[in-house]
Amino acid sequence: MSEGTPGTAALVPPPEEPTLLGLHEMELNFGPQHPATHGVLRVVLKVDGERIVSARPDVGYLHRGTEKLFETETYPMVIPHTDRMDYVAAATNNHAYCLAVEKILGVEVPKRAQYIRVLLDEMQRVSSHLLWLATAAIDLGAITPFFYTFREREVILDLFEEYCGARLTLNCMRIGGLPVDLTPGWVERTQAFFETLEAKIDEYEDLLTENRIWKERTVGIGVLAADRCVAWGVTGPVLRAAGVAWDVRRALPYECYPELEFDIPVGKNADTYDRYLVRVAELRQSRRIALQCCDWLAKNPEGEIRGKVPRVIKPAAGMAYASVEAPKGELGFFLVSSGANKPYRLHVRAPSFVNLQSLPEMIRGHLVSDLVAVIGTYDIVLGEVDR
Amino acid sequence: MTLTLSEPLFNALLAVVKILFVWAMTLAALLPNLIWAERRVSGLIQDRPGPNRVGPLGLFQAVADVLKLMMKEDVVPLYVDKVLFTLAPLITLTPALVTFAVIPFGSSIPITWNGAVRDVPLVIADVNVGILYIFALTSLAVYGIVLAGWSSNDKYSLLGGVRASAQIISYELAMGFSAAGVFIAAGSLRLPAVVEWQHAHLWNVVPQFLGFVVFAVAIFAETNRIPFDLSEAEAELVAGYHTEYSSFRFAMFFMGEYANLIAASAVVTTLYFGGWSLPGVAFTGLWGGLASIAVFAVKTAAFIFLFLWVRWTLPRFRYDQLMELGWKVFLPLSFFHLIAVAAFVAASGR
Amino acid sequence: MESYLPILYFAAVGAVFPIAILVVMALVRPKRPNPAKLAPYECGVAAPTDAWDHRFSVRYYLIAVLFVVFDVETVFLFPWAVVYDKLLLFGFVEMAVFLYILVLGYVYVWKRGALSWA
Repeated sequence: MSEGTPGTAALVPPPEEPTLLGLHEMELNFGPQHPATHGVLRVVLKVDGERIVSARPDVGYLHRGTEKLFETETYPMVIPHTDRMDYVAAATNNHAYCLAVEKILGVEVPKRAQYIRVLLDEMQRVSSHLLWLATAAIDLGAITPFFYTFREREVILDLFEEYCGARLTLNCMRIGGLPVDLTPGWVERTQAFFETLEAKIDEYEDLLTENRIWKERTVGIGVLAADRCVAWGVTGPVLRAAGVAWDVRRALPYECYPELEFDIPVGKNADTYDRYLVRVAELRQSRRIALQCCDWLAKNPEGEIRGKVPRVIKPAAGMAYASVEAPKGELGFFLVSSGANKPYRLHVRAPSFVNLQSLPEMIRGHLVSDLVAVIGTYDIVLGEVDR
Repeated sequence: MTLTLSEPLFNALLAVVKILFVWAMTLAALLPNLIWAERRVSGLIQDRPGPNRVGPLGLFQAVADVLKLMMKEDVVPLYVDKVLFTLAPLITLTPALVTFAVIPFGSSIPITWNGAVRDVPLVIADVNVGILYIFALTSLAVYGIVLAGWSSNDKYSLLGGVRASAQIISYELAMGFSAAGVFIAAGSLRLPAVVEWQHAHLWNVVPQFLGFVVFAVAIFAETNRIPFDLSEAEAELVAGYHTEYSSFRFAMFFMGEYANLIAASAVVTTLYFGGWSLPGVAFTGLWGGLASIAVFAVKTAAFIFLFLWVRWTLPRFRYDQLMELGWKVFLPLSFFHLIAVAAFVAASGR
Repeated sequence: MESYLPILYFAAVGAVFPIAILVVMALVRPKRPNPAKLAPYECGVAAPTDAWDHRFSVRYYLIAVLFVVFDVETVFLFPWAVVYDKLLLFGFVEMAVFLYILVLGYVYVWKRGALSWA
C-alpha cells in the first residue's frame, strides 16, 4: 500500500504476477470517483473477467494536512479540526482528543460531564452504525434499509443539533468537560428515542439478517482470521467479528464505562456477515448504555460539567496517548507537548486507516462484486483515512 | 356514415387504429405512469412521500424527467465507436416497444362495416408463432446492451455489457423450456390461442406453477431488474453499460427498461394468468371487449407491482451466483417441468 | 405473411419516434464539449488504454457456446410442443430420448466445471 502522492499507485511495480495469466487481465481503476468507495478511495484492480487478481488501495485523495494543522493551533482550537476526520462520528473524535489533553494535564472530568460524554459517544456510535448499515446495504443492492436507518439517524442528528447546534461536525466537547449543559427535556427526548430504537433495529434485521441473497453476498466473503487481524492491527467490529473481544471501553476503560453494564458482541466466522451481525448487536448494546446514561442523568440533573482547567492550556513537556472505542475501532491520539500552548506533535491512530491496510489480503481471490461488499464491511471514512 | 373501403385498406386502417391505441397506451399512459408508480411505490415502501410536486400527486414527474433529459447536452465521448454508440439505445428501445404487437390486450370488439358485423380481435398482429417473435425480440435487446457496453470504450460499460449478455442468454434457456409447457397445453404458439385455451379451461399458473415460477424469475433476469440488475449495478460498475450515455440517449435506455418491464408483465399475464380472460365470464360485445382490456390492464399492473416490490426489497446477486442459479437450478427445473407436463398430458391423453 | 404487416408498421413507428426526438431536440440542446467531458469514465483517472485493448475472460465465451447449444434444442421443442396433443406417447418417448441425450451433455458440462466461475 502506497501512502505517497495520490495517483502514483499505477507507477509502483505490481507485486507478484504470473505473466501468462496477464493476457486476460484488465487494469481497472476502482475509484476515486466511484459510488461504492465511500469517498475518494482508489483501488487499482487487476481483474481476470470477474475475478480480482490483485488489488492495491491508493489513499491520499482527501489529505488535508490535519495533523500538521494541529501543530499551528492552540489546544482548544484543535477540537473543531478533529470533527473533520471521521466526519460521521465527530463526538468520538472530540472525545479521544480531549482525553489525551486531559491526561497530560491531569485534569479530572466531573461525573455528570462523563455521563453526558458517554451518552454522546453512544448516540454517535448508533448514528455511525446506522449510516454504515445504510451504505453497506445499498452497495449490495438493497436500497430500502437506507431510508429506514436514515429515519432514525435523523432523530439523533436533531438531538445533537439541540444540544450543541451542529448536526455533523459537533465540536461538542471541551478539554476538561463540555461546552454547555443539557437543554431542559433533552434527556427525556433522548430516552424516548432509545426506547423505540429496539423495534426499529428489528425492522432492519427483518429485511436483511435471514435474507437469502444478503447471506449469499456476505457469508464467507472477506474473511480475515483473528491472528491476521491482530497482525494488521485491525480493531473495532472487524476484529470482534473474528472472535476477539477487544473493546477499548472494556480493555482500557475511560470515563464512566466501568459503571455501565454492556456486553461485547463477538462473531466467529470473521466474514462480512459476522461483521454485519456484530454491528447490529452493537446497536443494541449502545442503546442499552445510552438508556443507563439517560437514567443516571435524569436522577442527577445538576452538577459541574467542566473540570478545573487553566485558562491558558500549557501542558508540561511530555507525552500522552489516549484512545476511545470509536464506531470504526480504536481511535487514539498521541500527544507530544513541548510546554507551549500548541501541540508539538499530535498523531492520530485512525482506525479506518489501519483497518484498510488489510484490504488486499481480504479481497484476494474474490470477485469484483465482492470488492464493494468488502470495502463496505470496513466502514471506512476517507476523512479519517487521509486526514 | 357509409364506408366504402376495400378489404385490405380496411384491414390496414384497423391495424393503424390498433397501433395508435397501443402506442398511446404504452407511451402516453403506461410508461410515464409506470415511472411515476415506481417512484411512488418505492416511496411507500421506504416510508417517504416520493415525487409529489409536478402535477397532481406528482403524476407528471416522468414527463418532466424525460423533457429534462431531452433538453440536456448530448455528450458523445471522443473515443467511442460513434455508429454503434448511436445505434445501441435504438436497438434497446425499439424491440421493447414492438413486443406489444403480438400480445392480445383484449377479447374482441364488434365493428359494423358494409352492413356486416365483424369481430375485430384486440391484438395488433395475430402471428402464428407469437412466442417465437417475443423471444426473438428479447434476444435483440441483448444486442443493444452489448453494443452500448462495447462502443462506449469504457471498462465499466464493457464489463456491464458482457455481464448482461451472459445473464440474458443464460436465463433465456430456462424461459424457453418453461414456456414450452404452456404450448403443450394450448397446442399452439399463437398467443390469442393460449389465452382462449386458458379461458376455456384453467389459468396456466395452476397446473404449471413450477413453470410459472421459473418463467417469472427468468423474466426478472431478462429485464435486468434487482435482484438481477448486474449489468448496471451502480455500486460496482457505476452505471454499467450506460455509463457513458447522457441526455436523450440515456432516456432511451431508461424508457426501454420500463417498456421491457411492461412487456414482460404482459407476457406473463398472457401465458400464465389467462390474459384478458376471467374464469366464467364471457366478454362479448363492445362493452365486453372494453372490459376485457381493463381486466388485462389490471392483471398486468399487478405483475408490474410485484416487480417494483421485489426491487425495493431485495439485495443484488453476485455475477457467479446469478449464473449458477440460472444454469444449475432453473435450467434443470425447467427440464423437469417440461417432462412432467408432457408425461401428464400423455398419460391423460388430452 | 399478411399478419406480419402490422408488425412492420409498428416497428417503423417504434424506430422513427426516438430518432425524430433525437434529431429535433438537437436544435434546442446545448453543446459545449470540453476535453474532460469527452474523456471516457474511469473514476477520475485518465484511462491508459482503450477498453477494447483488453481480452475477455474465456469463460464468457464458454457461456455463449453453451447457450447456442442449448438454445438450438429449445427451438426444436416448440414445434414439438404445438403438435404434442397429436403425438402423445410417441412424442413423449421421442422427446424423452432427445432430452436424455441433452441432459447427458448438460451433466458432462456441469462435471467439467464449465457452469461455475471458480
